[in-house]
Amino acid sequence: MTSACAACNAAPAAIRLAEAVEPNMTLSVPGMSCAACIGKIERGLDSVPGIAAPRVNLTLKRVSLNTELPVEDVTARIAELGYEAFPLDAAIVGQDADPAGRDLALRLGVAGFAMMNVMLLSVAVWSGAADATRDLFHLISAAIAVPVVGFSGQPFFRSAWSALKVRRLNMDVPISLAILLATGMSVFESLNGGSHAYFDAGLSLTFFLLIGRYLDHRTRASARSAARELAALEVQTAERLDGQGRAHRTPISDLAEGDLILVPTGGRTPVDGALESAAALTDRSFLTGESDPASLACGDPVSAGEINLGAPFRLRATSVGEDTTLRRMARLVEGAEAAKTRYTGLADRAAQIYAPAVHLLALAAFAGWLIISGDVRFSLNVAIAVLIITCPCALGLAVPAVATAAIGKLYEHGFLVKSGTALERLAEVDGVLFDKTGTLTVPGVAGLTDVLDAKQKSVALALAQSSSHPVSRAIRDGLSGIAPAPVTDIRDVPGRGVEGRLGGVQVFLGRGQDGLTLTIGGNEHPLRQDETLRPGAAEAVAMLEKSGLHPALVSGDAESRVRALAKKLDISDATAEIGPDAKHELVTNRSADGSRFLMVGDGLNDTAALAAAHASLAPSSAMDASRNAADIVLLREGLSDLPLLLAIARKSTRLSRQNFAIAAVYNLIAVPIALLGFATPLIAALAMSASSVTVLLNALRVRRPS
Amino acid sequence: MNVLAFLIPVSLILGGVGLAAFIWTIRSGQYSDPDGDAARILMDDDKPSDG
Repeated sequence: MTSACAACNAAPAAIRLAEAVEPNMTLSVPGMSCAACIGKIERGLDSVPGIAAPRVNLTLKRVSLNTELPVEDVTARIAELGYEAFPLDAAIVGQDADPAGRDLALRLGVAGFAMMNVMLLSVAVWSGAADATRDLFHLISAAIAVPVVGFSGQPFFRSAWSALKVRRLNMDVPISLAILLATGMSVFESLNGGSHAYFDAGLSLTFFLLIGRYLDHRTRASARSAARELAALEVQTAERLDGQGRAHRTPISDLAEGDLILVPTGGRTPVDGALESAAALTDRSFLTGESDPASLACGDPVSAGEINLGAPFRLRATSVGEDTTLRRMARLVEGAEAAKTRYTGLADRAAQIYAPAVHLLALAAFAGWLIISGDVRFSLNVAIAVLIITCPCALGLAVPAVATAAIGKLYEHGFLVKSGTALERLAEVDGVLFDKTGTLTVPGVAGLTDVLDAKQKSVALALAQSSSHPVSRAIRDGLSGIAPAPVTDIRDVPGRGVEGRLGGVQVFLGRGQDGLTLTIGGNEHPLRQDETLRPGAAEAVAMLEKSGLHPALVSGDAESRVRALAKKLDISDATAEIGPDAKHELVTNRSADGSRFLMVGDGLNDTAALAAAHASLAPSSAMDASRNAADIVLLREGLSDLPLLLAIARKSTRLSRQNFAIAAVYNLIAVPIALLGFATPLIAALAMSASSVTVLLNALRVRRPS
Repeated sequence: MNVLAFLIPVSLILGGVGLAAFIWTIRSGQYSDPDGDAARILMDDDKPSDG
């Protein structure tokens, strides 16, 4: 029992701590992925004076805290801890993690509670309770059911009402009608001492459908708008230089065209502009996909969002605010995402056939029995039985249940599926478009272990550790496991590399006369920079080709490198030196020709293409914005499970269709019974539960190896 | 049948207690970070001040 108590105490303690100080700053930390990160970041931030109550949310990969310090100090502190952090606009992000999910869970809990109690009361009625006892049970059931239906059914009522307002039918119209009529008629029957009370049916309908709705919501909870995250990439303040050359910290929104702006080392450029300094070195991989840093001369254009890798430089603003490249890309992504939400999923297509059919059937039953029997009450009962027994809950569960099982299975293989209809769209693709840098390849330095001896390696590691340049990171990864040399006086040589002292010897890592060089006391050791193939990439491409899915390569990198990789992987369709706009255009053009592509990419330059493609996948090493634009995020290093992803997507779509067929078979049996007037509340409850459970069990088959 | 006068309220109250507990867990945000909470339970020094 002690362990259970410790667990109980932990949660309230955490809540007290979080509530004591309201957080006023939220940062996105995409790099944290493990239990150790939580403690490291929270303790690391807690020890800083002026920062209170740092709290990590590992699910959303965010840190919230209370501080009066400028945001740069906080990101610098997190960078010291070894994580990259981006400030999020608190107004956009909101403090509450998932209010809609909480709301659905609450309604689900209430409906579940009411359903269990009313079911138990119904058992007594079905077992033969009569007269006053039966009426008492009915009235107690009514007292529970009416308020609960009013509360828990709201998501369906609202959705049905908004569809009816624009004169359309969706799945929620027959559902709402069935719930409301069943409850209303049951109240009437209970008050008049009748036997046809459908409280349990109405409540279990609400409960089962809320499960479907909640599962559906959970699969999408982590998917937030990519455009919002893109906005978070922008720096919030800039150093504006006045006439005397003094720097003033200015909010981005106050900048105007023609302003002179200072961009510090490691900072992101706040606006599009032209370079005023003699030279600069920037990382613009997010725009072009090119792996090498860009060397710029005076007058060259610089886009918002580029990272200054060299000395601080001055920039003359040419376009600000909504006109910057970053903003234009955000709008492109937004547009593409809006187009994707217009995709009609299986469930919606089923609803378009199902909803009118059910209404006509119920109406016909009512009219028919009214003519035959002349009894309004009995005719209405039959119509309600038809509405309930047509199993809308099995239909409501058909897709979400399969999607949830498939998404769980894919998660075990390292795929995080974010979009509800992603699996259906994935099952329809006939080709795969790959980005090159960061997707099929990962940056690397060739032959580190062969070229350098132990001492040189430890020096290289010590120098690489102090720089955030992509190549330094690759060296750091390539040399993991050895101890760094005690190099002192490490400093950046802007635009060239890093230098330091080891004992009395000068050491340097960076651009030498012929490329990347490690220099120790005047002796140069050239290092060869290259890209290594992502593990599993070759197998995945070969298997896709074999299964008839046409793989293609689109990259912003140089023609020669793209050709070389295409040849190595045996890809015949390769496009090189293509910008983000052109990439997006290529995807839309090919889609217009009737092709349906799975886009696999990682850079910001892929973001618009990812959003525009029929389905999209981004590796977890991708930029935050690309991960958010993609339907699916690959959490593992290797690509070899890509064919498996497509296989599971196709299997889950097949099972969803089967589920609709199962629901249809139940309807074929139950509807005639209801139409003939033989349906009792017991038969309705049995038919509904049986069909829902069958559909759920069928959905679980997606987890079986095929 | 007099026993029903006790049993029905008792069963409703017990169910209501469960419901109230569930509502409390939602209100206090215990489902907002499932991944983090799963990891936190394994850390023995996450709240040293409570020690």
